[in-house]
Amino acid sequence: MPVIIEIPTAFRRFTDGAPKLDCSATTVAEALNELTARFPDLSRHVRDDQGQIRQFLNVYLNEEDIRFLGGESCCLKEGDRVLLVPSIAGGSE
Amino acid sequence: MSDKYELRCRECGKTWGNAPRSFCEDCFCPLEVAYDYDSLKKIARRDNLAARAFNMWRYCELLPLPGDFAPRSAVGGTPLVASGKLAAKWGLKSLYFKNDAVCFPSLSFKDRVVATALVAARRFNFTTVGCSSTGNLANAVAAQSAQQGFDACVFIPADLEPAKILNTAVYGARIVRINGNYDRVNRLCAQIADRFQWGLVNVNLRPYYSEGSKTHGYEIAEQLGWTLPDNVVVPMAGGSLITKIAKAFRELVTLGWVEAKPVRFFGAQATGCSPISDGVKRNLPRFEPQKPNTIARSLAIGNPADGPYAIKLIRESGGWAEDVSDPEIVAAIKLLAETEGLFTETAGGVTTGVTQKLIAQNRIKPEETTVVCITGNGLKTTDAIAAEFPATEAIAPRLDAFEAYLDAQLGTTAAAART
Repeated sequence: MPVIIEIPTAFRRFTDGAPKLDCSATTVAEALNELTARFPDLSRHVRDDQGQIRQFLNVYLNEEDIRFLGGESCCLKEGDRVLLVPSIAGGSE
Repeated sequence: MSDKYELRCRECGKTWGNAPRSFCEDCFCPLEVAYDYDSLKKIARRDNLAARAFNMWRYCELLPLPGDFAPRSAVGGTPLVASGKLAAKWGLKSLYFKNDAVCFPSLSFKDRVVATALVAARRFNFTTVGCSSTGNLANAVAAQSAQQGFDACVFIPADLEPAKILNTAVYGARIVRINGNYDRVNRLCAQIADRFQWGLVNVNLRPYYSEGSKTHGYEIAEQLGWTLPDNVVVPMAGGSLITKIAKAFRELVTLGWVEAKPVRFFGAQATGCSPISDGVKRNLPRFEPQKPNTIARSLAIGNPADGPYAIKLIRESGGWAEDVSDPEIVAAIKLLAETEGLFTETAGGVTTGVTQKLIAQNRIKPEETTVVCITGNGLKTTDAIAAEFPATEAIAPRLDAFEAYLDAQLGTTAAAART
């Protein structure tokens, strides 16, 4: 069973409507790279100019924020789900 | 545009009209409500307020409301309490408590944000509304939904304070308890908003919701005689309120309702959940999320959505952020009650305790005007301080028993009071 990347609705116009992507990555970083290699238009929405995951994008491995798992180098096993969730902020600059 | 406001991306600036969405679909950064201030200047006049009731709707032109809006309840309009005893104790000349512990109808500042969110929910034809909540927001959504005829479904961490769960349940709202902390509840709600056609007030209605917070700031300025304070101390959970008070002050300056003045914004958190204050104190480029562990449950958001904007505001205003431990929170709740007669929940203990710390650090100075924001009511978190007040032994209904009680409590000096 591969690793599954779940794609939120707002991202799907960059993924030809695909709601998920099966991949064989062994780390979250590899999974994100597979995702953006498959759908290049998504790249700039996933990483900023410095190559970091964008500030207002939260990435979860199953139920946990990857920042509590050592960041995107954390390892994946078969059947894991990687979730991309835009951060919901609403204050003001 | 026919409306005098619309959603605009805070990063790329693209506008999106008015719709139930909270992030820019081009760059996936947050949206906020932007106004046509040139038009507003022509219709929004300070003089108009004199004939209006003192509640949040008196600032209706400055909120994202439809042209035919009619208020359904008198939300906001809370007291700005001039401090006597605590100001003297702390050596301050001009200290105020903005007391949203008595906000109508559910006794927290969340009544304000839900009020504007439900106007948006009606506009976008939602029949079911909901939220992810640490308690106060769920109370506010449940209460106002009951009055206005929305079906309410709220999502809360399973281990929330019993009083906050009860204060939601009584209004007939559906309560979904989630095994996990608020950040997990919030993540689930983002997925639910993506799947269901529901108006989640702090998810897909968030830009409209958070605008309600501005009224806390408008009222402060008006109650100070249309002037701005030198310092504001604000509790921070997701980090939105502090930025919205700043927006309110900026707007009043833009409209010419108050004179421009530098205001320092101070953020308050519990040490057991302090990602924003930690980011400020360590001067981090990005805050680091935390796993909350504090009695201040209403502030227990380890991954604060507006954290980056709160940190930016605090830094640029010349303010600071601090945090206090659970024992300091309890002590501050008691201090505020004993000196000012105000009973606040744990979040208010955080704000009061942090204010004390900032004064000790000389970041808040005696001659300045300082406003401390109290955002919730102590009756909702009595469990947090119950251990401080063990039940006393009952006495017999006889005068000699009372005299013996007084002697035991006060010693022989009690005899002097007898006639």
